[in-house]
Amino acid sequence: MKRDIILAGVGGQGILSIAAVIGMAAVESGLYLKQAEVHGMSQRGGAVQSHLRISDKPISSDLIPEGNCNMILSVEPMEALRYLPFLTSDGWVVTSCNTFRNIDGYPPEEALFDEIKKVKNHIIIDASEIAKELGSLKVSNMVMLGAASAQLGLSMEGLYDALGVLFGRKGDEVIQLNVSAMQAGKNAVGFD
Amino acid sequence: MSKLVLLGDEAIAQGALDAGISGVYAYPGTPSTEITEFIQRSSEARERGVHTDWSVNEKTAMEAALGMSYAGKRALACMKHVGLNVAADAFVNAGMTGVNGGLVVVVADDPSMHSSQNEQDSRFYGRFAMIPVLEPSNQQEAYDLTRYGFELSEKFSLPVMLRITTRLAHSRSAVEKSELLAENKLCLPSDPNQFILLPSLARKRYKLLLSTQEKLEKDGEKSGVNRMEKGADLNRGVIACGLAYNYYREVAEEAQMDYPVLKISQYPVSPRVLNDFIRKVEEVVVLEEGYPVLEESLTGVLKNNYTIRGRLDGTLPRDGELNPGLVRKAFGLQIEDTRPIPDIVKTRPPALCKGCSHIDMYNALNEALREYGPGRVFSDIGCYTLGAFPPYNAINSCVDMGASVTMAKGASDAGMHPSIAVIGDSTFTHSGMTGLLDTVVEETPVTIIISDNSTTGMTGGQKSHATNRLVEICRGIGVEQEHLRVMNPLRKHHEENTKIIADELAYKGVSVIIAQRECIQTARKSVKSKAKSQKS
Ligand SMILES: Cc1ncc(C[n+]2csc(CCOP(=O)(O)OP(=O)(O)O)c2C)c(N)n1
Ligand code: SF4
Repeated sequence: MKRDIILAGVGGQGILSIAAVIGMAAVESGLYLKQAEVHGMSQRGGAVQSHLRISDKPISSDLIPEGNCNMILSVEPMEALRYLPFLTSDGWVVTSCNTFRNIDGYPPEEALFDEIKKVKNHIIIDASEIAKELGSLKVSNMVMLGAASAQLGLSMEGLYDALGVLFGRKGDEVIQLNVSAMQAGKNAVGFD
Repeated sequence: MSKLVLLGDEAIAQGALDAGISGVYAYPGTPSTEITEFIQRSSEARERGVHTDWSVNEKTAMEAALGMSYAGKRALACMKHVGLNVAADAFVNAGMTGVNGGLVVVVADDPSMHSSQNEQDSRFYGRFAMIPVLEPSNQQEAYDLTRYGFELSEKFSLPVMLRITTRLAHSRSAVEKSELLAENKLCLPSDPNQFILLPSLARKRYKLLLSTQEKLEKDGEKSGVNRMEKGADLNRGVIACGLAYNYYREVAEEAQMDYPVLKISQYPVSPRVLNDFIRKVEEVVVLEEGYPVLEESLTGVLKNNYTIRGRLDGTLPRDGELNPGLVRKAFGLQIEDTRPIPDIVKTRPPALCKGCSHIDMYNALNEALREYGPGRVFSDIGCYTLGAFPPYNAINSCVDMGASVTMAKGASDAGMHPSIAVIGDSTFTHSGMTGLLDTVVEETPVTIIISDNSTTGMTGGQKSHATNRLVEICRGIGVEQEHLRVMNPLRKHHEENTKIIADELAYKGVSVIIAQRECIQTARKSVKSKAKSQKS
């Protein structure tokens, strides 16, 4: 069992929460974990990414080698494309279709989706729409985690438990909302 | 939770707590900030009464840590690499005085300059001060070597540097704790002259420091921190320092390379160990994150018969952080075809938050400056440095903390008028105040704008020592009341603010304008935590 995952987004979009849930679920099920994050300057609205590696054997490098990544999980479509050199030939791109436009010359949406669709294994989800229906845009990140869950090699129960521990202080309502978001994301992909 | 999953920074913090520190002293700076923040959040630290407050800058932090060590207790000082430039006087002379209680100085380097002005390698400073340097390769070692650092410090009565780089600082993995050591009791140094570096006494201390060097090398041979790992293929040998070891292991496993490896995590490295290793193999590849420190010491200036590969001969790039891809290339391995980044993907640089007070300050400044022309705004380091980018294009320098004030002074001395400094509140108390005194004493015509957002924004919103003190500080330093102006940088005050700046630009003396409005990120956080405390 070995998964190399790149989480992608823009500073402030909550990719580190996704990383924390996956990371804790992995460690609790006895796997090794390394997870490199971006802190500092780029967090001010810049491109941010996290290299998340889980394995049943000890992991050496904190960074995923180019061409080794099994999945790019992105909360923003242009950011998903930024890390394509890392993807294996049969790797997955799981991304939301919701663009975050804070720069000049942001490419047309259709062009982005065309590029994403060139990757054989891709999932594009309207995470904002699903999150809005659940009543909080903030849980879009957990919708995306749900959409990617089938490819993680971790049990749903493990992910829910991790969510419970990490968000425990915020109360049951918040946990339930995030669990629903994950379920909705998983259902949106349509397989289990 | 049975296992702790910790950032490298957090592993160091936990390691220091478990090694029985009585205080941490630090000024924030990426990628070192999370060490102190972890200890500040720790209930254990609170119960023990461990000192955790931020210092005004790295020099005061280093000195306070040395003071705690003088009093017999263990202290941790943390900073980013350029922070060590600020603390260098204290740091180098702490090598001369030595310590009483254990003292570990964590310095976090930032190769590739993710959040910094340069990528200087702190191991140079360690060698310069002639003290031991530890360089962990993973999170568990970060924990273990922090503890070992305190042991080493007390054993040799020297400060110990723990050097990390961004990747380890900000990467998480599982860490196992060891048993907790008790804090030291208050106790004076046994030699009352130890900390008095008067020339006659300092000469003795220096001889002592010199004579300790060989012992430090011997300790490195025996401690097990550096180790030889056997390999069957003697065509090459690999010397891997700190984090670089991981990249080699990753690539070696994938490509099934079996070269002997000398793993280095403790300096000074004994010449005997290096000689023995190098003689066994045909050529040596040196992998180190940062400058070619060890590589340079092996190649020297005289050509010898050994082939040493690394950053100096182009086997690896001379600059930037390492990664598995670069290490693959260094060993001549074929890189698989990877997908390119599509051309439509645009870079997304960091930017000021919507509604940030610095934006309104820059808009007013740019308008007030229109009649004078460009090129006269010296700035500093913080979120406001992002004013260098469009649409503001508002600043012309960013060098080191505090340099805005003093560079504006020098340019003014050269005849530039108006000459303007833009500095953040935390940066001002860090290193701007002393420069202001220079301008006041000489009545130099400068306009200094302190963009005061009541926080240390760039590093994540730590408490700023300047908050609610700026007017009094400036008055105390001697800025005239009429030219000490306070404005509220909001769009609705744009005209008024532009006029304040224009008036002061015309004045031929020292003016300070405090542009005061809270950082919206910090404001948001405090609203949230208030709401929370009302709920509970
Ligand atoms: C010597 C040194 N120490 C620390 C840093 C890291 N650092 C960069 S900006 C900054 C904070 C600046 O705060 P402030 O001046 O209040 O500006 P703000 O970011 O809030 O706008 C810090 C701590 C540095 N670059 N150099
Ligand atoms: S964090 Fe605060 S100071 Fe920095 S850009 Fe955002 S609002 Fe401005």
